[in-house]
Amino acid sequence: MAGAAVLGRLTWRVADVVDVAAETARTKTIAFDVPEWPGHRAGQHVDVRLTAEDGYQAERSYSIASAPDGARLELTVERLDDGEVSPYLTDELRPGDRIELRGPVGGYFVWEPAEGGPVLLVAGGSGVVPLMAMIRRRAAAGSDAEMRLLFSSRAWDDVIYRDELERRAGDRLLVVHTLTRVQPDGWTGYARRIDEAMLREVAPGPNERPLVFVCGPTPFVESVANALVRLGHEPRRIKTERFGPTGG
Amino acid sequence: MDASRLDGNSVAGLLHEIFGTDMTPALGTCGNCGVDEPLGAMHAYRSAGVVLRCPHCNHMLVKIVDSETATWISSTGVRTLRIPKQEA
Amino acid sequence: MSFVSRGFHGRRRSDADRGRVPPGQYVTPDFPVLSAGPTPRTPFDQWDFSVTGEVDEPRRWSWDEFRSLPSEEVTHDIHCVTKWSKLDTVWRGVSVDTLLDGVDTSAEHTVQLADGGYTTNLPLEDLTGGRAWIVFEYDGEPLDPQHGGPARMLVPHLYFWKSAKWVRELRLQAIDEPGFWETNGYNNYGDPWREQRYWGD
Repeated sequence: MAGAAVLGRLTWRVADVVDVAAETARTKTIAFDVPEWPGHRAGQHVDVRLTAEDGYQAERSYSIASAPDGARLELTVERLDDGEVSPYLTDELRPGDRIELRGPVGGYFVWEPAEGGPVLLVAGGSGVVPLMAMIRRRAAAGSDAEMRLLFSSRAWDDVIYRDELERRAGDRLLVVHTLTRVQPDGWTGYARRIDEAMLREVAPGPNERPLVFVCGPTPFVESVANALVRLGHEPRRIKTERFGPTGG
Repeated sequence: MDASRLDGNSVAGLLHEIFGTDMTPALGTCGNCGVDEPLGAMHAYRSAGVVLRCPHCNHMLVKIVDSETATWISSTGVRTLRIPKQEA
Repeated sequence: MSFVSRGFHGRRRSDADRGRVPPGQYVTPDFPVLSAGPTPRTPFDQWDFSVTGEVDEPRRWSWDEFRSLPSEEVTHDIHCVTKWSKLDTVWRGVSVDTLLDGVDTSAEHTVQLADGGYTTNLPLEDLTGGRAWIVFEYDGEPLDPQHGGPARMLVPHLYFWKSAKWVRELRLQAIDEPGFWETNGYNNYGDPWREQRYWGD
């Protein structure tokens, strides 16, 4: 089903929660069984809608974490303390619950193995989710496209998918972390917010014309995208997806 | 730079439901500065409705109001909209 | 509406006096920042406010002149068409009656014009008789640019889109001229108590 277009009208449907698993202290991956799921492309998202008993509704968008060939649809959600939807998803939702969702949506922020590489993925916190779908897609397709992930997190324990990234990293998949707030003893990696100098060191050169995907909070995305353009990367090859401050 | 602005990806679901196709890769030509950008890259501001603005010159491109019974869309800020066909 | 999310309540206050909450609204403790564009940041020394259009002569106040006008502290509930209401919000501002004092006009309609291009229309009578203010303080502090500072309109008896943030001009007109949202689906008047959200409500 990978790469299948969504035919017909897109509308809300009800999905069953089959699993809720912690990734970090503040993030959980929720797995859904979605009847007649048409498949999706790496980078796409779904809209989630919650309805209270009195009819009050809240809607948010969440990037799909799972690779398109996965058996279940997975979302990874970060709990925002003052959020309205994310605390419900991470703290209340349990297997057996049902949820309304609409998707998959978004074809602008998508990577297909056929596009090849090199690919630069730049993630700010939970902005890693759609980029992880791309990493998983690449692995499932057996693609040898060169891919680099530059991943900004607050601390080592906040790194979402940390162990899986370590397992998947190889000579064609480079994973570089920067920990902006606290670093573990003996840390020799980057310890600051992503800036032009860091991008110059980590990114493929502009002459390699990488496909770039940047995802995270708006200030992060805009700062990184602007820095990449200053480094000489083509604006048209930089795709961005902004998560709001209350993105969850 | 407003930290709360998003981009056209945030209205992907709504527009797909209305137009029957994914609109985020659709290229809009700004009626003010003439630059093309995919809808997914336009700056999105959410208030009483959603406003999409040109990321280069801030010109208002699209205004969307969505109620339970109808959706109103004004796209007078866009000179031309190029919608790619999806592969079946 | 058939589907209910088990255990979902949202972040609303449920203890508010229902008589103060218009139909379809939910009380929030927050003050959401909603905007149709980037936040303008007009320096005080470049700010002015004008009353123009169908008037005997246009009026204009610089920031210092505006701040020398009599102002008052008012407390009102506000209602946003996106369904949140906030009760007992405290503002300080100059009554529109003060700004229109001595203005000779036969106009029945108004348009508010704001930095950034936003407009909204109102009957003149909805701005007068102690029902509207140009406010420059919220909750005892200078109005934050994100919330419309240096100054915004406050017309609490209508949905809050009728109170333009970053307002700079009030134009009096013989004809009604639907504004930014009124031309794109929102109601021309916007009375929350009659739930006049959309055009045709």
